[in-house]
Order: sequence, then structure tokens, then C-alpha cells
Amino acid sequence: MNVLEINHLAVELPVEGALRRVLHDVTLSIGPGEAVGLVGESGAGKSMASRAVIRLLPAGAAVHGDIRYSGDSVLAMDRAALRHFRTHDVAMVFQDPRAHINPVRTIGDFLLEALLERGERRDDARAAVIAVLAAVGVSEPERRLRQFPHELSGGLLQRVMIAAALAVSPTLLLADEPTTALDVTTQSDVMVILDARRRERGLAMLFVTHDLELAAAVCDRIAVLYAGFLVEDAPAGDLHRNLRHPYTAGLLASRPDPVAPRPRLAAIPGRPLSAFEVGAGCAFAPRCAFAVERCHLERPELRVLDAGRVACHRAEELAGQLALSPTPGGSE
Amino acid sequence: MWKVIGERAVSLVVTLLVASVGIYGALFLAPGNPATLLAGGHATPAVLATIERTEHLNEPFFTRYWDWLVGVLHGNLGQSFVYREPVTTLLAGRVGNTVFLVLYAATLIIAGGVVLGLLAALDRRAGAAITVLTSVGLGIPSFVAAIALITVFSVKLGWFPVFGSGTGLLSQLWHLTLPAVALAISWTAYTAQLTKAAVREELGREHVETARSRGISRRHVILRHVLRNAMIPITTVSGLTVAGLIAGDVVVEQAFGINGLGSFLVQSTLQKDFASVQAVSLILVATFVIVNGLVDLWSLVLDPRLRTGRA
Repeated sequence: MNVLEINHLAVELPVEGALRRVLHDVTLSIGPGEAVGLVGESGAGKSMASRAVIRLLPAGAAVHGDIRYSGDSVLAMDRAALRHFRTHDVAMVFQDPRAHINPVRTIGDFLLEALLERGERRDDARAAVIAVLAAVGVSEPERRLRQFPHELSGGLLQRVMIAAALAVSPTLLLADEPTTALDVTTQSDVMVILDARRRERGLAMLFVTHDLELAAAVCDRIAVLYAGFLVEDAPAGDLHRNLRHPYTAGLLASRPDPVAPRPRLAAIPGRPLSAFEVGAGCAFAPRCAFAVERCHLERPELRVLDAGRVACHRAEELAGQLALSPTPGGSE
Repeated sequence: MWKVIGERAVSLVVTLLVASVGIYGALFLAPGNPATLLAGGHATPAVLATIERTEHLNEPFFTRYWDWLVGVLHGNLGQSFVYREPVTTLLAGRVGNTVFLVLYAATLIIAGGVVLGLLAALDRRAGAAITVLTSVGLGIPSFVAAIALITVFSVKLGWFPVFGSGTGLLSQLWHLTLPAVALAISWTAYTAQLTKAAVREELGREHVETARSRGISRRHVILRHVLRNAMIPITTVSGLTVAGLIAGDVVVEQAFGINGLGSFLVQSTLQKDFASVQAVSLILVATFVIVNGLVDLWSLVLDPRLRTGRA
């Protein structure tokens, strides 16, 4: 059975009294021990999707569709079941550890809190926390427990957050851009540790990022979000060789190439749409170099193609062409 | 951390010294010669000269200030011109009433303000009612509250005494309830509004989201993360509240006929009893400065980020 199954997830958030759609249609599953990268631009809805899994959306949010953890509906959980789910089964690593860890309580308070909350003995919890701190490469773990967040560097603090997530021995890890707020020099260290500990413990992971290459490096599968729609879901290894969706191709082409730098970075023409701006057709059609009339009129369904899934009317015809022309010209 | 505490202690002493110069000096800028007052109105120049000499009134300002300060530090607040008694003796019977009243009011303010503010922030429906209530409460000055309370609870209902401060704990509580309430109303409203804003702000913080994502119970999230962090701004403002209480105390003691420092200050001022006015003013200012110093220290306990001395 899959650890996580998301079926036709749609989310609306209240904005100035009216509900505004931030996620249209996301269908995604994660098997035991599998890592799935959820990739997209800012505003594509990737953070909302990960928060929906743990029911952490703002008050007044309307959630449609179905989210299942090991077969149990997360949306239908009562208070006790939700607490059990959050204290035992799932853990979230947030983007900015400085903001996401209470600044006036010690690292020890932070790490122990979740374990004490589910009734573990303080001594056992302390031993467990010290072990997991050492495992994520935090030196002098016992001294760290007495320190406050402002006494630690950003990279160290993010390791503490990862330790907090691992300490509860979850089955599913949700990582929301865990390295974006860190210095470039510490980003890779933290990512390596997160990746290694996850594989070691066989955790399933939903890894939210805007960095397609990074996601491809640490995940088994990549799911690409655009304007609240899941547009492609493919094995990570397929991404470079076997592109399916023009948007994914555009994202890949927009990355600087450290081996053969181009004089000017390629960019996808136009600006990213917010989910609520999407019209009747394919959300990406206005910016797509390959769009035909049908793309503007009819919304493509997500359908199985080879080892993955893609939401594009022309996926079959374009196979092979996308990788050859990574920087399609403007079409507006 | 000790360095920060040391710095705060030094600045506290300096503040007190500057305040004492101000208090001692201010009265000598006021019109009227204390010697005339002492002589009882019809004094010959010779008598005035004698009084000035025996009371050291003709010596330079800083000599007199120094003598006064040394006296104060030795617990001698001077001699009342009016009662011909040491000021300390006059104060002894009055301090208790004022301390009782101010502590009583402070307890009402902090307990009432924090509870109302927390309720207002957490419960939408209670919040609307409390917001209206506190907006009205904020606009009620203590002397208006005093008159209204006396009219309703003392005169019409007869539940509480009209004036006096009582003896013994229970009687004091009974006598000082209305004065404390009068003193507390607008500050309670203020503290409630401040608490509501602080709690609302903390509720939206990312670290509170983290705590919820980890399945921490709502009660613990509120106590350990929301209220715990909101206490920092609440504490800071509580220090200022005490200043308001000391000023308001003077009014309320007059209104309820309580024999305390506030009413004594008013009497002494009217009678130009210099030593008494100086003594009471110094006590009020010192209380304010020391309470604020304690609040500063308490902030260090609440907020570890302040302990590094950089903030």
C-alpha cells in the first residue's frame, strides 16, 4: 500500500472574503521509502500541497479531493487521529529554521517537546534526541540542548530541525524547500545529510523545491506543478533524456549550465500564472511555444505515458523535440 | 548576561540620582520662602534669619542637596515643617495603604487584562464583545470610575464602604476593592487590548505552525509558544502601567478618602510642607524606576536574545 495517496486535490484559500483557488488538480502517490520531488515556480501551489497533507492550511481553507495516509483519509481524521498522525507518522521540515523554531525556548525544549507530548519518558527522549543530533552531524549535542536558536548558525539550526523530524521516527517526511533559506555553502551539506538519513531509515519523502536539478538528484520521481495543476510526473532519471511536458523542458533550459555556460540564461517567455488566473484550456498554453488551438480551449487530463504521467495534448508528437530545442522562442 | 545586568543596575542608580536632584531642586524653584512659612506669617527679618540659619536654608544648593541625600540614604527623610515630626514617622502609617492599593490594582490589571486579551484573541465571538468593552473601559478616567463606583456600590447598594482603608487583611480588602477597581479599569482595558494584539501576532508565527505540525496539543501550543512569547511585549508595557498606577493612585486616594501616600502628597503640597513633598515624590519616582528595572530583568529571563547584550 502506498504511504501517501493524493487524489484530485484542490485547495481554495480565503482572500479578502472570497475563496481563491491555489491548487486545481493534484493526483500523486508516494510508495514506502520512495522520494518524490514536487517542483514548481513560486505560487504554483507546491507548499500548499505539502501543507494540505498534514492539514496545516490557514483557517477557512476549502479542501476538495482526497488525501490518504496508509489508506486512512487524512481529511476525515478527528482531532485525536490527526494528533496521532502528526506525532507518530509524519514530520515536516520547514524552509526557514530561524522563523520555524521558537526563538525563546532552548534547542532541547524544541527537540524533546514532540517526544514528551506523546508520553515518552524524559530520559529516553533525551537519549534519543542526542543520538539523532549526532546522526545529523551536530557536534556536542548535549551542549546544544541548552543553547538557544540565536546561538546557532542557519545550517546548524536546519540540522536541528531535521533531527526534530527524524526523532519522532515518522514514515513520511515532508520537506518544504529545506535548503532555500540557507547559505549556498551550507545548502549542499544539509541536503546530503537529509538525503542520507532518509535513505538509511527508508522514509518516504515529499520534497518540495523550485530546483529541478536538485530534486532529480535526491528523488526517485519528479512531479511538476504549474499554476496549481500537476503537469508531469516522471522517474527522476527520465527527466533529461525523455522530457514530456514543454513546461518541464523550459524549466530545465532556464538553469545555468556550469559546464558550458551560455552568454545569456534562457527564460520561459511570459510570466507565471497564479492558479486563480487560469482559463479554460491548458494553464501553460499562453506561454507554450508548442501550443495549438486545442491547448487554449481544452484542459489536458493527466494521463499515463511510458513510465510517467503527463498533462499535455501533444506529448506524443513532441517526444524527442523538446530535448532538442530546450529554449523555444516566445509565442505570445 | 551578568554584564547586561550590571549595566542595567548602573543606569538604574544614575537615573535615581538625576531624579533626586530634580525633585530636590524643583521645590526651590517654586514661589514662597519656607522660612516665612515656618515663622507663621508675621516674622521679623531677624527671626527669618535665625530660621534660615538653623534650617540651613542659606547654604549653597548642592551643600543642602548633599546633606539631604546623605540623610535619605541613612533613612532620614527630613523633618516636616507642618507637623514638626520626622517625615518617616508620618509616612509609616500611610505607606501600607498605598502599597496594598497599588498591588491590589496591579493584580486585577494583569490577571484581568491577560485573561480578557487571551480570550479576545482566541475566541471570535467573545473577542467582539471584549473589544467593545475594552474600548469603553479605556476611555474611563479613574476619578469618573471612582464616583460611579461609590454611587452604585457604596451609596445605592451599600456593599462597600464609602471611604477609609480599614485595618486587618480582610477589612483592607473590603475597603480597598472599589478604589482598586477604579484604579484598574482603564489599565485593564489597555492590557487586554495589548495582550490581544500580541497573542494574535504570535498565533500567526511560523514557529507556532511548526508546533501544530508536530501534533503538540492546542493547550500546550497556546501556553508554551503563543502566550509564552506574547509575555515579552506584555511585560515591557506592564512597567509603564505602574507609572500610570502611581499617578492614578493620587487621584483615587483623594476620591475614596484613603490615608495613603497619594492623599498625603496632595495635603503636603497644599501646605508647602517641603520635606514631605520631597520624600513622597522621591519614593514614587524611586518605585517607578526600580519597578522598571525589575521589569527589565524579567525581560532578560523571558527573552534569551536580550542576554547577549547586543540587542
